[in-house]
Amino acid sequence: MIRFDGVSKVYRTGNRPALHDATLEVKPGEFVFLVGASGSGKSSFLRLILREERASSGSIHVLGQDLARLSNRKVPFYRRNLGVVFQDFRLLPTKTVFDNVAFALRVLGKSEAFIHDAVPEVLGLVGLGNKENRLPHELSGGEQQRVAIARAVVNKPAILLADEPTGNLDPNTSKGIMDVLTNINAAGTTVLMATHDSAIVNKFHKRVIELTDGRIIRDEAVGRYNNAEGHNRTADLTPLRADSQPIAVQPLDFDPIPDFDPMAPTSEAIDLSYLDRSTNEEPL
Amino acid sequence: MSWRFVLIEAWNGLRRNVSMVVSVVLVTLVSLTFVGSAVLLQAQVQSMKSFWYDKAQVAVYLCTQYSTLGTCDQQEASADQIAAVEAQLGSDTLTPYIDKFYFENHEQAYEVFVEQFAGSAVVDLVTPDLLPQTFWVNLTDPTQSAIIFEAVGGMSGVESVVDQRSYLDGIFAMLNAASLTAVGVAALMLVAAALLIATTIRLSAFSRRRELAIMRLVGASNWFIQTPFILEGVVAATIGSLLACVAIAGILIFFVGGYLADALPTTAFIEMGDAWIVFPILLGLGAILASVSAYIAISRYLRV
Repeated sequence: MIRFDGVSKVYRTGNRPALHDATLEVKPGEFVFLVGASGSGKSSFLRLILREERASSGSIHVLGQDLARLSNRKVPFYRRNLGVVFQDFRLLPTKTVFDNVAFALRVLGKSEAFIHDAVPEVLGLVGLGNKENRLPHELSGGEQQRVAIARAVVNKPAILLADEPTGNLDPNTSKGIMDVLTNINAAGTTVLMATHDSAIVNKFHKRVIELTDGRIIRDEAVGRYNNAEGHNRTADLTPLRADSQPIAVQPLDFDPIPDFDPMAPTSEAIDLSYLDRSTNEEPL
Repeated sequence: MSWRFVLIEAWNGLRRNVSMVVSVVLVTLVSLTFVGSAVLLQAQVQSMKSFWYDKAQVAVYLCTQYSTLGTCDQQEASADQIAAVEAQLGSDTLTPYIDKFYFENHEQAYEVFVEQFAGSAVVDLVTPDLLPQTFWVNLTDPTQSAIIFEAVGGMSGVESVVDQRSYLDGIFAMLNAASLTAVGVAALMLVAAALLIATTIRLSAFSRRRELAIMRLVGASNWFIQTPFILEGVVAATIGSLLACVAIAGILIFFVGGYLADALPTTAFIEMGDAWIVFPILLGLGAILASVSAYIAISRYLRV
């Protein structure tokens, strides 16, 4: 379903690869956690699958398509097979819950009759059946993320990509989101979820792929992620010397500011929103 | 169904961007009015050329007793000299080039003069003997007046040979310069219109960037994403083009038809009939200009 063969990605501005020689395969119906610190390459991984970026080397096959050979014109049609959820929800603030979900179908030219069947159904699936006419700012963060999930799966994609879907949410709300994702997975959709929330990873006993500095350092069928103990915090410091090997460091007995590395030459903006988990503001 | 969505999106874009849309409308209006005026002025010059050039004659002025020009030496052209010129004009060599020619004596010239300058004080000062006797020549091809100059210009008793077309050329050169100026201004304004449309579309895309991001994410086709923006540009430009058509019609009816036609009753001016050819040109030009610049703008915006 998703196959990476020796995939590397180097951004033009970056001085180290965002992804280095990654090889893996995800089978249909799998639920995969993609873990690692910020800047470890999780987002690049997802962007490559979405074909927002092209691999610098190696080949990526998704749903039988060689993404390197996919022309720009065909990318939209390819993306109809993928659903995407982000940490910041990305809902349209002026549209109701119903219209936010319907938007994904309207822009694909679906008929209103189809939309009026499909949208309530998917809103029921994510547990928002009674909130069709609310505006995003009237909803809690968890509810907003459910709307985003509904929008991502309303077109019944084969693969759901979730980039830190619980990153802005408290543990209880996160659990609700995970239940929704699990249900979607149980219905046959392949789910690929990037996260650094070890509590969730360890609770769900799913396949775990861990990235550090753009390298896959672990791929276990039923994996755990020990982020909270601080074992992997050193990974954030190694980019200072790009060619150095990760140094084994004793677990810290305090919790450092997670994922904050002002020196890391990441291609993505440093995201501090998790420091304040109570806000549900739209970051755009 | 999807067309409905595209149209709604285009309408929302226009509504959210009113001030920019108004400026696009105005710039298109002005630039296309200049384009239309240039085209019509050209048409006017052409119709006046064919009208006047057909009427233009070559005049062979004969000597008067007061003239010192040409071969004259203050001697009235004699009957022999007049006959010689007439024979030359009627000769086989010149016949193919000459449509017809006729002789005008002092009295006839005086009558024409009095008629032309009726009411002017100069009529009282002129006597028939001051006005030269003349052979008026209509050429088959009005551009070949040089042949007449050559054939009779040096004959004795001929004061001068004048092609009336040379009087007209100055007027037409001026009108041509005016129409070229209009074309130049139109070109500059069209460039401004294209850039303004591009900027408007870019702004419109920016104000809808969230929607665009989601459309790209869920796999809306490029056609679907771009069409509302192109429509937005085309609608704004078309309003401008329509107003330009109204402006052209107004100029024709009130300025040309109302003022110029009264001031210069002998001149045939362009009418609304000619303008119906110009309107489709303006509408088409506006639509093409808008769709091309909007397409380029939105494509550049959407390129990652």
